[in-house]
Amino acid sequence: MSEPLLQAVNLECERDDRVLFRDLSVAIVPGTLTRVEGPNGTGKTTLLRILAGLSDHYSGQVLWRGEPRNHRREEFARNLLYIGHKPGIKPLLTPMENLRSLVSGRRPLSDDVLSQALEGTGLAGFQTVPCRNLSAGQQRRVALARLLVSDEPLWILDEAFTAIDHHGVAALENLLQERARQGGAVIVTTHHDMDLPDMKRVTLGGLHAG
Amino acid sequence: MWRFFHKLGSPKWFYGIALQLRPWLLWVGLALLLGGVVWGLAFAPKDYLQGNSYRIIYIHVPAALLAQSVYVMMAVAGVVTLVWRMKLADLFVRAVAPVGAVLTFLALFTGAVWGKPTWGTWWIWDARLTSMLILLFLYFGVIALGAAISDEKSSARAVAVLLLVGVVNIPIIKYSVEWWNTLHQPATFKLTEKPAMPAEMWVPLLLSVLGLYLIFGWLACLRMQTEILQRERRTRWVKELVKEAGY
Amino acid sequence: MPADPAMVVRSPEDSPGTFGAMRSLFLRDLRVAFRQKQDLLNPLLFFIMVVSLFPLGVSPEVSFLSRAGSGILWVAALLSVLLSLDHLFRHDYDDGTLEQLVLQPQSLFLLVLAKTLAHWVVTGLPLVLLSPVLGVMVHLEGNSLGMLCLTLLIGTPVLSLIGSIGAALTLGLRSAGVLLSLLIIPLYIPVLIFGTGTVAAAAEGAPVGAYIALMGAFLVLAVTLAPFATAAALRISLSNS
Repeated sequence: MSEPLLQAVNLECERDDRVLFRDLSVAIVPGTLTRVEGPNGTGKTTLLRILAGLSDHYSGQVLWRGEPRNHRREEFARNLLYIGHKPGIKPLLTPMENLRSLVSGRRPLSDDVLSQALEGTGLAGFQTVPCRNLSAGQQRRVALARLLVSDEPLWILDEAFTAIDHHGVAALENLLQERARQGGAVIVTTHHDMDLPDMKRVTLGGLHAG
Repeated sequence: MWRFFHKLGSPKWFYGIALQLRPWLLWVGLALLLGGVVWGLAFAPKDYLQGNSYRIIYIHVPAALLAQSVYVMMAVAGVVTLVWRMKLADLFVRAVAPVGAVLTFLALFTGAVWGKPTWGTWWIWDARLTSMLILLFLYFGVIALGAAISDEKSSARAVAVLLLVGVVNIPIIKYSVEWWNTLHQPATFKLTEKPAMPAEMWVPLLLSVLGLYLIFGWLACLRMQTEILQRERRTRWVKELVKEAGY
Repeated sequence: MPADPAMVVRSPEDSPGTFGAMRSLFLRDLRVAFRQKQDLLNPLLFFIMVVSLFPLGVSPEVSFLSRAGSGILWVAALLSVLLSLDHLFRHDYDDGTLEQLVLQPQSLFLLVLAKTLAHWVVTGLPLVLLSPVLGVMVHLEGNSLGMLCLTLLIGTPVLSLIGSIGAALTLGLRSAGVLLSLLIIPLYIPVLIFGTGTVAAAAEGAPVGAYIALMGAFLVLAVTLAPFATAAALRISLSNS
């Protein structure tokens, strides 16, 4: 087993006087697909935001390749692809422009590659339509097109399947599995019951079971 | 070192210390303040220029001095919040911000009262008064931002950032207001700039300044304790405390 | 299981330089701004309307206007920058691009600087360009008029930079607009004083080199310090969402 990319040790998170989780330890190893699950309001999104480094409402440690993440913030940022609840799509820009500006800070890619990625998520013919004229599912697909050109080994996807149709869900599940097989690490939350072979689970909400 | 900081940051530990400290701060502070003010108001000599009206400095100057240093203290606490995440620092800011605002207001008010006999009008855009007015605005900003963010930790850190920005700006504001003042009304009669004050005048002033600082310390302790009880109401030690008190 | 070569950990050097990222962010913001032209126009219209309130509300006399004109224009410019600040991060916050910005491998300080610069180009700079016209309408004379434009040119970026701190601090809060003004107006006072003071000094024929240098110092100070505070405030605000 290879060393974990990302590790959370004894995380505790309290929001609005309510403990969401306590003594939570997670290790994300390359080549795995992990689903964070639990009922609404148990802190799935919060956990993902903590792991991604967006939220520091926690005590405990987050390690990137064995070292405190904050010591290697830039390296961590370069190796993480995060897609949140809000997909990060500007309604006034076209899918092409959106995708280009999202990847440009990481690695500039030619327009051909980007255009192919958009076609790969089913947006052929929509590359130059402003995103505000697209449906919610299509906007989500623009964000997901980043996955097709990603060279980041760690993906954190919050509600990645929101607004995606059946066909798209199957394709995305395949993509995530394929990614894990190639040695990437994927952390997701989903609103549908995803059950894939070899999928790891982190279950939240145990605290209030009793 | 770390353990010490941790202990220092513990509200429970502070609560105990504050409990012991409070009576000293209050009584010594009151004695000094009363001594200074009574001496200043009743026994200090008349000013050869302003007569008796200058005596308001025994309230005005301590309030103005303290109002400015409270902001600086809050900014220091802000650094502590950002660097060490110490809860106590935020408690301090929250407890003293309104006190600082009231002191600033007091300084402005006494300044206006003093202005009436000196300038013949309640308000003049004098450099010091204007600076105090802007300080009051800064206090309002801190209080408003603290109240607007419901999450404790975010609120503490956002306020800390604002305090740091404010404290960097205070000297710039002071300097520019002074420059503005000379530009618009050169050589007016300044309130507190006296070449040499005889000892019978400044010793009581010193006493009342010291006294007000101590009373501020007392008030800060008291308000912080209240805030601690509020925030830690679910912890065991607070519950036991309440039980002991017989409620 | 042999890891795919595509899955190796990247070093931060393996991404375009900070300058490239700043440039692309700057251009993106300009592009977004120019797709929503009405938003570009609104602060300008506000600027013109506020200026026209003074002759109507106080006095249209030439002697009054030529004396107070620089102050009126400065206050109006300050208010319209203040009004536009709410947009600086709000849209990015709402659509999630702000999260992506914070997660970029480049320094947030410089990215914030690029964003603020873009904001100034679409709000502050048009105000500067419009100010000679309004200056003529309030009867400023040649020397004062030139000086007014110069002080606005140096001063408005400072307004944008300081304002970005407030915009970041109030992100995601209810009634953020009013709160933002409360926090920022006191911090604007030195710039306002020196901006109008320099024009007044120029009108009296006094040498103004030192004042201009001082305003330049404000600008340098704001460029070097404000983005730090803004970046910190952005992380805090995002942490809270």
